[in-house]
Amino acid sequence: MNPATGTVYTETVIYSAPEAFVNDVPYQTAIVSLDGGGWVTGRVLGERVSIDDRVEQVETRDGVPYFRKIA
Amino acid sequence: MRPVAVVGIGKTPFGAFAGRDLRSLAVEAGEKCLENGHARPSQVEVFFLGNFAGPSFMGQNHLAPYISTALGIQGVPASRVEAACASSGSAFFHAWAEVAAGVYDLALVVGVEKMTSQPTPRVTEILASAGDCAGEIKAGSTFASLFAMIARRHMHQYGTRKEHLSAVAVKNHANGALNPDAHMRKPITLEQALAGKPIADPLNLYDCSLVSDGAAAVLLAPGERAAEFSEKPVRVLGIAQASDYLALDQKEDITTFPAVRRAAEKAYGMAGVGPQDIQLAELHDCFTIAEVIATEDLGFVPRGEGGPFAFEGHTSRGGRIPVNTSGGLKSKGHPVGATGVAQICDLVLQMRCEAGERQVPRHSLGLAQNLGGSGATCVVTILGTV
Repeated sequence: MNPATGTVYTETVIYSAPEAFVNDVPYQTAIVSLDGGGWVTGRVLGERVSIDDRVEQVETRDGVPYFRKIA
Repeated sequence: MRPVAVVGIGKTPFGAFAGRDLRSLAVEAGEKCLENGHARPSQVEVFFLGNFAGPSFMGQNHLAPYISTALGIQGVPASRVEAACASSGSAFFHAWAEVAAGVYDLALVVGVEKMTSQPTPRVTEILASAGDCAGEIKAGSTFASLFAMIARRHMHQYGTRKEHLSAVAVKNHANGALNPDAHMRKPITLEQALAGKPIADPLNLYDCSLVSDGAAAVLLAPGERAAEFSEKPVRVLGIAQASDYLALDQKEDITTFPAVRRAAEKAYGMAGVGPQDIQLAELHDCFTIAEVIATEDLGFVPRGEGGPFAFEGHTSRGGRIPVNTSGGLKSKGHPVGATGVAQICDLVLQMRCEAGERQVPRHSLGLAQNLGGSGATCVVTILGTV
C-alpha cells in the first residue's frame, strides 16, 4: 500500500509540553488534509513544514501518524 | 419563561494562593455573593457549581454538596457542571433555565478552580484533557498548541499579524492593572508582548492566559422578586449555550467557532438586540487569538477583521466596544471553572457603575462569552439594566 499523503492545513512548534512529552520539546504538530479525504492531527519529523506543504506519512506510533515533508 | 435578574455577586481575588484550598475559595465567593444579595443561605433553593478539574487538581470529587454544605446551604439540589473552561458559564445557564422556568426562585451559582498546587507540565496535561484524548492530545497537542494552529490558519487566511495578537495582550494587561482583584496587575508594552518566551508558535507567553486560583459567584432571582435582594438588579436579557466537536481536526474551518456563532444568534434573538447595540463585553481570551475570533463570531466585526480592529484600539476602554475591561483571562487570571461566572460579575460591576478606575461610560447593555476547550462549548449571555 502506498503511504498516506496530504497537505498541511495548519501547524505549530510546541515549546511547553504536557508531562508525557516534556522530553520531546521542541516538536511540531500539524493538521494534515489527507489526499484520501479527512483531516488528521499528527507529528512532523525532520524538516519543519508550513501551511500548504506536501507531506507523507512515514510511520505510526501508538496510533499517532508521523509525517515528513515531501521534497 | 419569566424574566431573571442577577441580584448578587461575589468574587475572591484571582492569583496564586499557596495557603488556600478549593473549598475555602468557593466559600469566600459564595458568602460575599449572599451578603451582596442580602440573602441567607437558607433562602437558596438550588445550587450549581462550575468546576472543570477539581478531581484532577485536588483529588476531591462530589464537589457541589462539598461546597454548598460549607456555605450553610442544606438539603437543596446541589450539582456540579463540567464543560472545560465554560464550566461556570454552563452552570449559570442551567441555573438561569431553572429560575426562568419557575422551578426555583433563588439560585446560587459558584465557579471555582484551584490550579497552582500542581507543576506546570501537570497543569498542561490536565488542561489538555479537555481536548480529544484519542487523537490530537495523543499527538502531543496542548491547549496553547491548538490555539496556535488556529492562529496560524487565521494569519494565513486573513493576513492577521503577530502584532495584532500582541495588541490584545497589551490592552488586557492595561485593564487588569486597574483591577484590584486581578492576578497580574502589570502593564506591558507591545515590544515586551512580541518578545515573550515561545510557548507554541506563533503564540508566546504573553498570548496565553494565566494559571490561577480563584472563585466567583452570582445569585439569580426572578425579575418580579429582584427588588427584595438588590437595589441595582441586572437583567438577563438573552442567554444560550451551544456545542460542537472537541477535536479541531473534525471541524470544517478552525478560524471560526460555530458554537459561538450559534449561541450568539440565539442570545441576540432572545434579547431582541444585535451586535451593534452591545456597549461592552467580557470575552474568553484564553489566548489572544481567541479574543480576536470572538469579536468576529459575535458580529462586532466582519470575519477576518478582528486583528486590525484590536490593533487600532477599537476594543480598548475608550474604543467603540470596550472588551475585557476586567483585564480578561490574560491579566485578571483564568481559574478555569471560575471564569464564566467571573465574567458575569465583572459585567455587573460595570453595569452598576462600581468598576472604579476601569469604569466605562456606556454600560447599560453588556455581553459575556465563555468558551470551553477549543470551541466545543460556548455560552453567550446578554445583560441589561434598561
